[in-house]
Amino acid sequence: MTQEKLKLAVVGLGKMGLSHFAMVNAHPEVQAVACDGSGFMVDVLSKNVGTPVYRDFDEMMDREAPKAVVIATPSRLHAPMVRRALEAGAHVFCEKPFCLDWQDSDALTALAAEKGLVAQVGYHYRYVGAFLEMKRLIEAGAIGRITHVLAEAYGPVVLRAKRQTWRTQKSEGGGCLYDYAAHPLNLLNWFFGAPAQVTGSVLDSVFSEGIDDEVFSTLRWNDGPTAQLSVNWSDESHRKMSTKISLIGTNGRLFADRQECQLYLRSPVEGLEDYEPGWTVKYTTELTDDRWFYLRGEEYSAQLDEFIAAVRAGEGTSRENGFGSAAETDRTMAMIIENARTGQPVGAPPVMSKPEKTARKRWFGR
Amino acid sequence: MDKLLFGDNQFFGINHMSEEKARAQAMRFQKTDAIMDVLDTAYDAGIRTFMCTTHDRIAEIVTRVKADPARYGDFTFYPCMPYAHKYANAVTDHGMVGALRNFMPEDGFLATALAGGKALATREVDGIAKVLIDMEMKMFAGARAPVVFMQNVFADLLLGMGFTRAFRIFHDHVVEKYGAQPAYITMNMPMLLDALEKEGIERPIICSNINKLGFRMSGGFDAYLDALKSGRVRAVAMSVYASGAIPADEAIHWISELPGVESIVFGASSAGNIHSTKALVDKYMGVCA
Repeated sequence: MTQEKLKLAVVGLGKMGLSHFAMVNAHPEVQAVACDGSGFMVDVLSKNVGTPVYRDFDEMMDREAPKAVVIATPSRLHAPMVRRALEAGAHVFCEKPFCLDWQDSDALTALAAEKGLVAQVGYHYRYVGAFLEMKRLIEAGAIGRITHVLAEAYGPVVLRAKRQTWRTQKSEGGGCLYDYAAHPLNLLNWFFGAPAQVTGSVLDSVFSEGIDDEVFSTLRWNDGPTAQLSVNWSDESHRKMSTKISLIGTNGRLFADRQECQLYLRSPVEGLEDYEPGWTVKYTTELTDDRWFYLRGEEYSAQLDEFIAAVRAGEGTSRENGFGSAAETDRTMAMIIENARTGQPVGAPPVMSKPEKTARKRWFGR
Repeated sequence: MDKLLFGDNQFFGINHMSEEKARAQAMRFQKTDAIMDVLDTAYDAGIRTFMCTTHDRIAEIVTRVKADPARYGDFTFYPCMPYAHKYANAVTDHGMVGALRNFMPEDGFLATALAGGKALATREVDGIAKVLIDMEMKMFAGARAPVVFMQNVFADLLLGMGFTRAFRIFHDHVVEKYGAQPAYITMNMPMLLDALEKEGIERPIICSNINKLGFRMSGGFDAYLDALKSGRVRAVAMSVYASGAIPADEAIHWISELPGVESIVFGASSAGNIHSTKALVDKYMGVCA
């Protein structure tokens, strides 16, 4: 059966928006439309690409009635634009972070569910082969009980005091927490869920005025590990953003970044015959499949491909990175902000349920 | 084009497999002397062409090569532009229009056009593109640069958006002003080939991944082979070892039997790897250079 092409509008043609637009416009099953508030961008594009380009979001929604929308505007605009799109019955892919107020995130999660619309957020690290492998290994119990987590992100965004853009204004959703730390936090949410307690958070400026350039925090989970978060976007030694997660458990150690997944195993694990005791390294290059178009990494193509596929198959819900999961990250960031502001722990101390087997008491045991 | 071209990723901390290795390479090649040592090894092995990004540090290499014509008489550069980080930083600092204005000659009509905040005429868009190309080419003045590539992130962004007229502007300017052959790097070769043909660019030089595993050959392995067999493209193959997943002998042998592949580009830091790749290319593709 041949289906009509999916009419998809990309809203916001900044750094992420332009690349989203290029990818969906190249998709064989998509008829793309674009929209941006900047007259310069709209002007240059409308003279040079075959796609309709609008300057006004409402006008675009009314005239084109797109079946799906990609929202890649500054973060403060996410909540109202996502609501407008959902109310018009459009499926929504929204850039991260989802909403600056997690109550908006919850409300929009409920609205999308009620309308049966595919609603996804652009946490692309969940589509990176090495992190997918890390998730699989955690779920297989590879390294036993995980107690110790280090979640990091570094990169060269703000290297000197400079002109303000929305990324450097708190009220617009700027800052290192929303822009950078959101990624490792979202991975921790994926692996362990919502933290029970957040302590020791520091949001500090290095070069910027009024926003954070570095983030520290300690997060603890019920029946789970303790994680330290270390993030800095004023680090020129990294060529581009680098996100890495290290886990230590009772049966070994597991590390992943965008390139590779390294596992140190103490004892072999049933179901993981491809991993022997000692070190095994797998590379993203061997863990990833090509999609229809490559621009800046398979993960960016993959997340849009899955969104488009879920919409076209009428699945009514996203396959990964649903609004609910992004709302969890928004809440986690809100806990860090509150903790940094008040200095008081946010949430309750983690509860450890009793192990199923109680260890036999031994007089001379170690 | 020579059958074997030397690439530059290894010099600038770019490694698709490991951040640790990338950092070790960035440390090793911090000094231009270290880069020059490796280039000398390649040159002495008979590899005459250096396919390089228009990174600031390449300017130092060009200066050294020009300074010693007796030593580097055949040394050839294939510039690959733009060096995107330079622009990404400028856009972050000044916004899109501000960044462009910064790069235009002061008081010229282009700077004025951008300052006006008005819609740009087609002629002005073309003019801006040409100024940007000239800026990237400046460091190669007086050196041999007979082929000029457009980098893949930029080419693929334009391709995806459907802004294919930019390929034509690039093509014409490189031919007219530099008397060089325009070329394109892409991760989406079959799609780019179609777009270039629609712009009237026949038998373009296109550099893309070509390897037995189909690794990062977006658009599909079969579409690549069809394009190569059709004779419509002069291909430069990169990632022939698929980041080390294919044994070297097998990889080069396979490539040598493909129609349409004129050159292989590879990066290496050790004399051993340089010599072994050169020997394999000589063995399977005929002695080059």
